[in-house]
Amino acid sequence: MNSKLRILYNGIVAENPTFVLMLGMCPTLGTTGSAINGMSMGLATMGVLICSNVVISLIKNLVPAKVRIPAYIVVIATFVSMLQLVMQAYVPALYATLGIFIPLIVVNCILLGRAESFASRNGVFDSLLDGIGIGLGFTLALTLLGACRELLGTGRIFDLQIYPEAYGSLVFVLAPGAFITLGLLIALINKLRKAA
Amino acid sequence: MLEYISIIITAIFVNNIVFAQFLGICPFIGVSRKLSSAVGMGAAVTFVMVLATTVTWLLQSYVLDPLGLAFMQTIVFILVIAALVQMLEIILKKIAPALYSALGVFLPLITTNCAVLGVAIEVIRKSYNLGESVVYAFAIAVGFTMAISIFAGIREQLTLASVPKAMKGVPIALICAGLLAMAFMGFSGIKIG
Amino acid sequence: MKSTLLNMVLSLGIITIVAAGLLSWIYTITEQPIAEANLQAQIQAVSDVTPAFDNDPVAEQVAVTPEGEAQAVTVFPAMKDGALVGAAVESYTNNGFSGFIKVIYGFDTEGNVTGFAVMEHAETPGLGAKMDDWFRSPEGNRNVIGLNATGADLTVAKDGGKVDAITAATITSRAFLDALNRAARAYNQYKAQN
Repeated sequence: MNSKLRILYNGIVAENPTFVLMLGMCPTLGTTGSAINGMSMGLATMGVLICSNVVISLIKNLVPAKVRIPAYIVVIATFVSMLQLVMQAYVPALYATLGIFIPLIVVNCILLGRAESFASRNGVFDSLLDGIGIGLGFTLALTLLGACRELLGTGRIFDLQIYPEAYGSLVFVLAPGAFITLGLLIALINKLRKAA
Repeated sequence: MLEYISIIITAIFVNNIVFAQFLGICPFIGVSRKLSSAVGMGAAVTFVMVLATTVTWLLQSYVLDPLGLAFMQTIVFILVIAALVQMLEIILKKIAPALYSALGVFLPLITTNCAVLGVAIEVIRKSYNLGESVVYAFAIAVGFTMAISIFAGIREQLTLASVPKAMKGVPIALICAGLLAMAFMGFSGIKIG
Repeated sequence: MKSTLLNMVLSLGIITIVAAGLLSWIYTITEQPIAEANLQAQIQAVSDVTPAFDNDPVAEQVAVTPEGEAQAVTVFPAMKDGALVGAAVESYTNNGFSGFIKVIYGFDTEGNVTGFAVMEHAETPGLGAKMDDWFRSPEGNRNVIGLNATGADLTVAKDGGKVDAITAATITSRAFLDALNRAARAYNQYKAQN
């Protein structure tokens, strides 16, 4: 496989942040009550991740080793704050739905993790690809989890009624369902990876 | 007085940070294999959370709001928390080596614990005053310690159980957490005063 | 790069200054749209719930403190050709399952409910959060639109009233009507004063 494609594949499948690395659990559980919310959260995180990866890869040689972590945190926090302002201005309803999880992107371990383990060691273009790959992997995972919970809880996916709502089990939309659905999905993926 | 009691009960049980608000999941899953380390993590979080919330509340009310810089909240808070944790590590090492050896290993993990930043932002959103903020932060931390300790106890037992291969480790732990969350749902809707 | 005190302070300082500069720039760009988005949401809700008007209710809003209460609610008077045709009232309750709920209710001159819009709540998804659909559904006695709210307080059937509570969410339903009754009291008071 082409080495550039490899980076993308790595992010989406081999090192999927949710199912394999198990990072960024809080938004994974907290915002996946429906497929659309999970997807929005994934895309928001992906936006910040791509920007921070590119910038960190650009400045990696200018930052002394001892203060690199605080420097990365400042870069990430800046992009998160920008995202907050832009979302408030242009998609206020979505901003209200995702609530506190938007500012909390700052402490999502995926961002600092990729900054430290990838962007600070690779070129700008590769870091961009890594941001896209990991971001897509995270978005897909959140969308999948959101879709499962929405379907089991309300009989809908992306607000499209699949079976009558009365047959849904509401607990999947609530807090316990988040833990249980994620646990089952990870188990399923473990099983499939063993078989593959 | 009743207000404070209401804040405490709500923060510990009804809106438990882990089971109802989904914050601090990373240490909840990561540091809950042994009961002793779970309790240590809980204590360290309590310490940092109360301190961080006090400092960030003061900063927000006396620096950011008067200067119209509320949009800098996220970036300022995370830097303050990171610096605070670092300072705490140095000070504890110097003046309380016993406490440091108990909590030291958990401190670096706390900077990226979203519960600390989450509570700091939450008290501003709820427009609590300083007293309420400190009580809320403490109660949330107690709720976290309780959740992670119960969970660690369960996970210690779980190592003895025979679990399907694919479910071993995190998946079965998550399902147990789900059942615990279900138990905590029994507290929802409770109101005092 | 090797870490010396000078380059550590310098590089962190530069990064922070650039970050603050960038953020302030974005802030000045988005300040206007954010204010507009908030205003737009309010205007939209007010015109959704009230009878047709030709004035600017948001600009003419008045704070009214219902008798015996500490907190004021906002009344947005709707006028047509200079005469009052109704009003939107931004009311609240603290009795929701998860505490605070904010709803805008619309009334005509007789005090009949003309509409409502739930602005803010933290009720359980799938149960209490249904209030936006439930209380305008034509089934049973769910619909509150058209009911007269300015006479006696509206209550749920369980408490002897005439409104069906949301299945498995009686507390939310009571809270919803509590906010509605508060809005109606404020509206009465507003009409008496003007």
